[in-house]
Amino acid sequence: MADFKESKGLMGWIDARLPVTEAFEKHMSKYYAPKNFNVFYIFGVLSLVVLVNQILTGVWLTMSYTPSAEAAFASVEYIMRDVEYGWLIRYLHSTGASAFFVVVYMHMFRGLLYGSYQKPRELVWLFGMAIYLALMAEAFMGYLLPWGQMSYWGAQVIISLFSAIPLIGPDLAEWIRGDYLISGITLNRFFSLHVIALPLVIVALVVLHLLALHHVGSNNPKGVDIKKYKDENGVPLDGIPFHPFYTTHDLVGIAVFLFVFCSVVFFFPEMGGYFLEKPNFEAANPLKTPEHIAPVWYFTPFYAILRAVTFPLFGLDAKFWGVVAMGGAIAILFVLPWLDRSPVKSMLYKGWMSKVALFIFCISFVVLGVLGVLPSTDGRTTAAQIASVIYFAYFILMPWYTRWESTKTVPERV
Amino acid sequence: MKKIIATITLALLPALGFAAGGSVELEDMTPDLHDKASLQRGLNTFANYCLGCHDAGYARFERAATDLGIPADLFTENLLPAGNKIGDLMANSMDSKDAKAWFGAPPPDLTLEARVRGSDWVYSYLKAFYEDETRPWGVNNTVFPNVGMPNVLEGLQGVRHMTCAQAPAYDEDHNPLFDTLTGDALTVEKCGIVAQKTKGSLSEEEFEQVVYDVTNFLVYMADPIRLQSEALGLKVLLFIVLFGVFAFLLNKEYWREIGH
Repeated sequence: MADFKESKGLMGWIDARLPVTEAFEKHMSKYYAPKNFNVFYIFGVLSLVVLVNQILTGVWLTMSYTPSAEAAFASVEYIMRDVEYGWLIRYLHSTGASAFFVVVYMHMFRGLLYGSYQKPRELVWLFGMAIYLALMAEAFMGYLLPWGQMSYWGAQVIISLFSAIPLIGPDLAEWIRGDYLISGITLNRFFSLHVIALPLVIVALVVLHLLALHHVGSNNPKGVDIKKYKDENGVPLDGIPFHPFYTTHDLVGIAVFLFVFCSVVFFFPEMGGYFLEKPNFEAANPLKTPEHIAPVWYFTPFYAILRAVTFPLFGLDAKFWGVVAMGGAIAILFVLPWLDRSPVKSMLYKGWMSKVALFIFCISFVVLGVLGVLPSTDGRTTAAQIASVIYFAYFILMPWYTRWESTKTVPERV
Repeated sequence: MKKIIATITLALLPALGFAAGGSVELEDMTPDLHDKASLQRGLNTFANYCLGCHDAGYARFERAATDLGIPADLFTENLLPAGNKIGDLMANSMDSKDAKAWFGAPPPDLTLEARVRGSDWVYSYLKAFYEDETRPWGVNNTVFPNVGMPNVLEGLQGVRHMTCAQAPAYDEDHNPLFDTLTGDALTVEKCGIVAQKTKGSLSEEEFEQVVYDVTNFLVYMADPIRLQSEALGLKVLLFIVLFGVFAFLLNKEYWREIGH
């Protein structure tokens, strides 16, 4: 205990026992972020805001929700009608689910735009992708809980996808459901995973995502490495302390976000049937299949890729290859850091091929999203096939076009 | 087993009919939740004509009375079905097994009907019954073909039937056709037109008002918090704007020294 030094006051007492001040300095007041962040850099903070919203409203929803096939739907209406401000808590949670994907998609787009996944930030990207995967599972399981028609049939469609896997498929689907069809047993296990297991996983991954980021430092719109030029104290010349500069900066962004978010919550919580699907106001009925089953908007790009595969291959049916394509569309995102061979990070200094590729990729992603909402026709299936090919081509061809194209010189300072 | 399958198939028939008949053009109905009188009349119609067979099993009488400004004692005296307390959910006493035997399927719960189908659909559906002797209740519906529900508003609306009439003729490009000799407009016999057969106790306008009111009430009941939500929302947005202004000024103050 030779080096046990205790400074004065309560903070001194605590700091001698728990590195509170040290941690605050490391991650906030002495974490130097590039001073040229633009508007795209708000979405990381916003996803934290939404995460907190989901956890808090989720805690209060769980107090009044009944996880059983007989009572789930009625308990949601009980929350909406009889629980004080239950409607507000529920709309905050349901709108929050969609908002989560809005900000996460924007956050990922920022990564693509400025090469935030490139060396040395590969692990930041991988943890982020793991969060995205866990978030999709979390959203999917949460969507079953209101036990409406779309909850039921949406889950039915997605879980039946597993049965397309050869040999083990049907048994696997049954194992996931815990029953021969979606039932109260499925509802109970999804409830447990939705409120306990997955939130723990997501929070742990968010911590890892941030620790990895703070270890290597933040990227910036120019992709300039700010650690190259430091002053005599080792502070990057183009860096500013995250607190108070970006905390105050982010407050403005949070206010703008909350304005939009609350406009939806208080005035259009259904968002024209995209955030809360109309058939979901009818209790689940295993005997009545809805006319058109569409997943919630944030899954529709991948759903469109799934439906785009319409031909059997190697003796396995189209459904199986659809599942492979859908899984592949998400899996390929994980290896992105190793596909980009460009010597520069930011789109500002990459060549025209990268710019065109990203532009077409984004359009095809939106097109897939729109097609995934609509019932399929021959024309739409062809469109989805073209968009799916573009989606994969963006990644598969990346090692070539990022190496061939000529890039501009990245400035030394921001 | 055969019997079970047959029963399920029969129960599903109305749903299939709906799927097939989705192309009927719906009349426009814009709800007005501020019109308390309309909502009160709608509740009255709902309690007297709908609640006998349908549940509104997620909504409470008392909530509707409070929101619509009906004093509890007046409500209990005039609108509360016998055997109910004002704090009860709006459930009916019909056994669902009986209901299935009588109608082919138990009448659906109406609490959220307007949210599932939309106000246009409800409004158009209630007006779209016509005489059809082939159906168990002697009526059919153009919006919901082969629906298992009788036209409970027939006494008010009167009987309507499917008929044929002379209608102006058009060519393939939708131009009116004229007789080449006389110059008179040509007509063709058009069938499948629903026309009034006998008069009801209400005029057409009065009946439309009744249907409007009950639809308006169903829209209210599907999301009873709508008006309070919007009122609170305005205050919340105002607060966020104020907060945003101060956050902006604070941010500006700090960033002055960065000179970016």
